[in-house]
Amino acid sequence: MRDELYQQTILEHNRNPRNFRKLEGATHVAEGYNPLCGDHLWVYVKVNPVGTIEDAAFEGSGCAISKASASMMTASLKGKSIAEAKVLFEEFHKLVIGELKPDEHSNHLGKLTVFSGIWQYPARVKCASLSWHTMHGALEKAKTVSTE
Amino acid sequence: MPALDVQKLRKDFPNLNLKVYGKPLVYLDNAATTFKPQYVVDAISNHYAHGASNVHRGVHFLSEQATKAYEDSRQTVKVFLNAKSTQEIIFTRGTTESINLVAQSFGRTFFKEGDEILISAMEHHSNIVPWQILCQQIGCTLKVAPMNQKGELLYEEFVRLLTPKTRLVAMVYVSNSLGTINPIARVIKEAHSRNIPVLVDGAQAVTHHPVDVQALDCDFFAFSGHKIFGPTGIGVLYGKQQFLESMPPYQGGGDMIASVSFAKTTYNVLPYKFEAGTPAIAEVIGLNAAIKYVQAIGLENMAAYKKELLFYGTNILCSVPGVRLIGTAREKTSILSFVVEGIHPHDLGTIVDEDGVAIRTGHHCTQPVMEFFKVPATARASLAFYNTKEEIDILVKAIYRAKEIFK
Repeated sequence: MRDELYQQTILEHNRNPRNFRKLEGATHVAEGYNPLCGDHLWVYVKVNPVGTIEDAAFEGSGCAISKASASMMTASLKGKSIAEAKVLFEEFHKLVIGELKPDEHSNHLGKLTVFSGIWQYPARVKCASLSWHTMHGALEKAKTVSTE
Repeated sequence: MPALDVQKLRKDFPNLNLKVYGKPLVYLDNAATTFKPQYVVDAISNHYAHGASNVHRGVHFLSEQATKAYEDSRQTVKVFLNAKSTQEIIFTRGTTESINLVAQSFGRTFFKEGDEILISAMEHHSNIVPWQILCQQIGCTLKVAPMNQKGELLYEEFVRLLTPKTRLVAMVYVSNSLGTINPIARVIKEAHSRNIPVLVDGAQAVTHHPVDVQALDCDFFAFSGHKIFGPTGIGVLYGKQQFLESMPPYQGGGDMIASVSFAKTTYNVLPYKFEAGTPAIAEVIGLNAAIKYVQAIGLENMAAYKKELLFYGTNILCSVPGVRLIGTAREKTSILSFVVEGIHPHDLGTIVDEDGVAIRTGHHCTQPVMEFFKVPATARASLAFYNTKEEIDILVKAIYRAKEIFK
């Protein structure tokens, strides 16, 4: 049997998503869209002059996995530098495709390891990674990110 | 009408015995593809084990046998659709290729800038995109006849959209995402009264009721083998002979030629003109078996039973708090598209899958339909004659479990 996908943390973030709002004064914004399932969101990041992420937020609609993932991502970004955010992006990406095992490989993922079983649900990996790709796109100054 | 012995017929389908996560599979994704009876599987493997050879080529024994089996299938399809002649039956890769063939061979040859093609609001992408490609190529316009909130064609609006510039009506017979059965005979009559030919996307229709292309008087009719218990990779384009004769080949290659020289090539006669290259011989043989299997049971018998299933499924789904059906046409097939309040269709799909229930979640290749109903996606249970009320109960139980998780 696969690991339980809908763990309490995920369900809780789906019910009460953090930073679920438009972020005024955002320095980086991107739109993420997964045409396959209709998930559609905007990720906002506010980076201060010394390169620290002051605030992050998201808006949009999607399944519980994509919503919880965006919620936890925005929470984890605050206080990180852009370089640290990109490291986190790489680690999360490896996590959801099953290449990073949190027990075996050192990482900075913290609570985000709740998504460690999602590689066993290949059809749902993109749900978890959409907000991350969108955030990465925002930092790279891309306007629209599509995970098709 | 004899009642179906569903429990007995289920034994014909080895896939129905599958277990997923240790639970019996409940397969409710028949609009995506149907399971294949052992009879079809045997026909295909017999060809490869005992007969595999090319068609229309050699004079040797096996090639003649393969050619005969291949052409037998065309005869079966001709009878199945009640076409006038086997020359009107073209084997393609599926409904999608059939429609692309008409767009590129018929449309590109005979339509011109400013001409209009009329489709409906409930088309599958395969009856939208080929026309959009054609429109880009030659500058014609795609018009869309709207539907109402039940997912029924607004017939008067459809009629209003028929103009002197309309060159073709291309319409789905049975909607794959809503289950709506369009009044296709009336649509064809209306279009013909203005000399407009009609292409019918029959992908979902062929498993629902008998199709008689002469009685319908449609000019083109497309369907896929895998939606009617046959193999993937094989489909049919029926076209009236006078249209097919006038159309240039869609693809060039072997089999579609009469003679080839570097100076000039003459094309083969119908239907071979449209069958370039070595065809999907095993799949054509499998399609023959599938149609014969369906004919032995009787499409009317299947339809009567599926009507019961649809009635049962509609009632029980509507009794679940928070469930909303998408597609409630008066005339519909056993397709139940729905959304559950507070649960995204993809989450629902994953949770019911854990209970062994296979439903489709997503836009079902009909994004404009999703947009019309203002939903990102739906969950869809599509029922075949081998499904049972007990299976619908298992789906409903699984939906309640999802509601419990997401409460």
